[in-house]
Amino acid sequence: MSTINFTIDGKACKAKPGQTIVEAAKDNGIYIPTLCHFEGLKPAGTCRICTVKVGGRNMAACTTPVTEGMVVENKTADLEDYRKAIIEMLFVEGNHMCPTCEKSGNCELQALGYRYMMMAPRFPFLFPRRTLDASLPKIVIERNRCVQCLRCVRGITTADGKRIFGVVNRGGHVEITVDKDLAASMTDEMAQKAMDLCPVGAILKKEVGFAIPIGKRKFDSKPIGSEIEKA
Amino acid sequence: MASLDAVVKQVVSKYGNDRTRLMDIITDVQTELGCVSDEAVAQIAKILDLSKVDVEGVITFYHFFTKTPRGKYTVYLNNSAVANMKGRAAIAKAFEDAVGCSFGRTTSDGLIGLYDTSCIGMNDQEPAAIINGVVFTNLTQEKVKEIVTGMKAGKDVKDLVKEYGDGANQSDLIRAMVKNNIMRKGPVLFAPYEQGSAIKAALSKKPEDVIEEIKIANLRGRGGAGFPTGMKWEFCRKAEGAKHYVICNADEGEPGTFKDRVILTELPHMLFEGMAIAGYAVGAQEGIIYLRAEYLYLKKYLEKVLEDLRAKNILGKNIAGKGFDFDIRIQMGAGAYVCGEESALIESAEGKRGEPRNRPPFPVQKGYLGYPTTVNNVETLCCAVRIMLEGGEWFAKMGTAQSKGTKLLSVSGDCQNPGIYEVEFGTTVNTLLEMVGGRTAKAVQVGGPSGTCISKKDFGRRICFDDLATGGSIIIIGPDRDLFEIVHNFMDFFVEESCGWCVPCRAGNVILKQKLEKIMSGKASTKDVQELEDWCKIVKATSRCGLGQTSPNPIYTTIQNFREMYEAKVKKDTDYVSTFDLLAAVEESCKAAGRIPKVEEH
Amino acid sequence: MSKPVVATASLAGCFGCHMSILDIDDRILKLIELVEFNKSPIDDIKTFTKQCDIGLIEGGCCNSENVENLKLFRKNCKILISVGECAIMGGLPAMRNGIPVKECLEEAYLKCPTVDDNIIPNDDELPMILDRVYPCHEIVKIDYFLPGCPPRADLIWEALVALLTGKELELPYEVVKFD
Repeated sequence: MSTINFTIDGKACKAKPGQTIVEAAKDNGIYIPTLCHFEGLKPAGTCRICTVKVGGRNMAACTTPVTEGMVVENKTADLEDYRKAIIEMLFVEGNHMCPTCEKSGNCELQALGYRYMMMAPRFPFLFPRRTLDASLPKIVIERNRCVQCLRCVRGITTADGKRIFGVVNRGGHVEITVDKDLAASMTDEMAQKAMDLCPVGAILKKEVGFAIPIGKRKFDSKPIGSEIEKA
Repeated sequence: MASLDAVVKQVVSKYGNDRTRLMDIITDVQTELGCVSDEAVAQIAKILDLSKVDVEGVITFYHFFTKTPRGKYTVYLNNSAVANMKGRAAIAKAFEDAVGCSFGRTTSDGLIGLYDTSCIGMNDQEPAAIINGVVFTNLTQEKVKEIVTGMKAGKDVKDLVKEYGDGANQSDLIRAMVKNNIMRKGPVLFAPYEQGSAIKAALSKKPEDVIEEIKIANLRGRGGAGFPTGMKWEFCRKAEGAKHYVICNADEGEPGTFKDRVILTELPHMLFEGMAIAGYAVGAQEGIIYLRAEYLYLKKYLEKVLEDLRAKNILGKNIAGKGFDFDIRIQMGAGAYVCGEESALIESAEGKRGEPRNRPPFPVQKGYLGYPTTVNNVETLCCAVRIMLEGGEWFAKMGTAQSKGTKLLSVSGDCQNPGIYEVEFGTTVNTLLEMVGGRTAKAVQVGGPSGTCISKKDFGRRICFDDLATGGSIIIIGPDRDLFEIVHNFMDFFVEESCGWCVPCRAGNVILKQKLEKIMSGKASTKDVQELEDWCKIVKATSRCGLGQTSPNPIYTTIQNFREMYEAKVKKDTDYVSTFDLLAAVEESCKAAGRIPKVEEH
Repeated sequence: MSKPVVATASLAGCFGCHMSILDIDDRILKLIELVEFNKSPIDDIKTFTKQCDIGLIEGGCCNSENVENLKLFRKNCKILISVGECAIMGGLPAMRNGIPVKECLEEAYLKCPTVDDNIIPNDDELPMILDRVYPCHEIVKIDYFLPGCPPRADLIWEALVALLTGKELELPYEVVKFD
């Protein structure tokens, strides 16, 4: 297969045909921050944190395929500020009480907050009233923390291909919910997968929590994306 | 009454147990049962072999679908800015007083529900409401009383319509009180034409030559975005697919636009013929017209028009004996502004939540059911008819360098003659204001809330893609209006209509609206205005589709063009003003505890 | 030259942030050399006796007393810093936000299985409860924010030193945490 040549912030990069900008950037040792993106799932482009500039236009790097000669701007001051702003929007849009959250330290939203040195969001907190569903046998859905990335919706299906998770309502009222009958049939493995897919603490496997001590969690000492970035 | 199971089963089988017809299935189940309850959701999901969340997700996305009963009579009262200008508040109160419940609720006996709804395409005859699909315009408090009395007496809503509008509004299949208000006829849309003559002209050429003619005309999409139609058709024609589709976007949801309503009422033959021409050009045999739910009152009439066209062999098999087959079906929407975005419209037509798709692939590559699809505006397709008859060169003689032909404008607000105007592209706002009797305007909203709010200094600008682009909505704002109220109404609209998929649009619009409210309350500083402007840019830059990319415009363009209005509201000697009000903050807890709040002056 | 003056307060907080200030270990001796404390639980000075340079606020505002106290700090401190999650976004107490305060009071004082006098406290001496917990920067202007629950001692130390010496604040990744 032919190789596609393109640049990110002036650096010459190579991509395989069909690769998105996010995937190709990773292969070239460049981190483009993402939240809703998850390797192996169909890109959704919900969070917009991966917004880059291509030919003067803002595009989501997770849904945009690389084309020959593409000139991608990634780490400009404007784009970095947009990304920080989106992270801040997410923090004020939900009720993110990090100190009480089982996912703290392993949470990708929080890790992005760290990476972008969010000391306090620029936007006022919205404090929405959201619900928690602990009625399911294997998992808890804590909607206060949900960022509507749709990873669970995209990634968890029954053996015959039915979606267990789905979205209801629209606009600021959208929420993740489940087909209760299908969710009742979830195995431990599926519950674990759902929890692992969730970038925040909105889907938790029941009867486990705080398993990793503070200091040893995923983002305690290394910023998100540092595994991709080459020195 | 048939059991729920039986109703659902019958409805689903009517649509061939086809999952992609979920919009129609939900519509019909709701019509039969009053709502689509959890039980009905489970049944639909079971028969279609779907997850219940798939069905529930669709129901809860659309404004007119409901899981709980909204009354035997459901009143949807338009809450657009122009409705407010024309006295909506008094009408709403008249409804509440007469019905005995507040908006957002249904009476305890389940008889009447009162609900708000976004612009229903009647801005030239507001206040207006839709009751069980029937449109009531120019509402007065007396009319409301009569209507409510009628509902309480159990009358058929249709029988509550006392007068009929002009033209086809009077026809047996419409019988609506809606008026056309055609104020200015132009050469493209309203010149006479002979049905069938345009498709015949098209069929006498090669499809490529039809596209070429459209290109010579330099026809651009009339929905507002202005994409070159010829190029769209060419992309679609060249895209590989077992079949191709033509979809007419009759989901005009931009507040203040109603021009398609008039075309659908008076020129549906022309529109459908235009779809056939598009079908021939792109190689499609199937067309879908996606009709907004607010225009349900036109559906039977449009079906009859389709029948007529089939009878005349303008649609159907072997059209005009030239071996071209093309037919059209009507797909009803269910209340979602975002479905005006072409990929969201396709999702909706496929029976899903109307969420825009990620691009690429573009609809011309992979559209309806994955097949190459051209989605065109109602007016655009009518233009194609005229171009087939008069030629591209004739068409291109009108207009400006980048905008050829005429544009149908929906004019409403503070003017003497609201209605539709077919004007040549390049007409200045001043000229238009003269035409419509709106010379006193202090502001004009060009292109609806997602467009631009201009002040007097810009009234010399031209309406065209090269300057002030518009899908047709022109709202005239008189000298005594509080522009903040209008901007706020527009932001309410976008908050309500955001699909919720992407963060900046979902959360950003709420944040922008809140900041606007802070400024409106007078508890703000110059810094708040600066932040508001900066935040508008963030939402515009990062949102996924046109909705979020333009939703900050009411704020953004008024900050640019009416900065003095913002400056008059804010304190200039400080960069921080709190909105906190201690007395208000303790009120509820003191009441609960039975104590009198004591707040020192400070 | 006189030393910069620091004041501290815990509003709707748990004093954990104050504990974290003490957690700077032996640097506390250096701190005493660098600054003078005024109104603060650390030295038990109850009222402001002079204008202060820096005010450290722990906790958000859940009642009228918090609001008064915070405004007093704003008046008496040149620089005001929100220290910790509660000051920044309400923190744990703000988990009641979104729920009407009436419901909260009823749950706590009327419906709760462990109460038997069934009265919502209403003595005029008690602070009045706010409809929700407010982050400090919604009530007064806040100049800086130090996140964490509690903020790491190193973060508080580095921030104070930077402010007092006018040096650029360079924080290592490990010190900015939200838990």
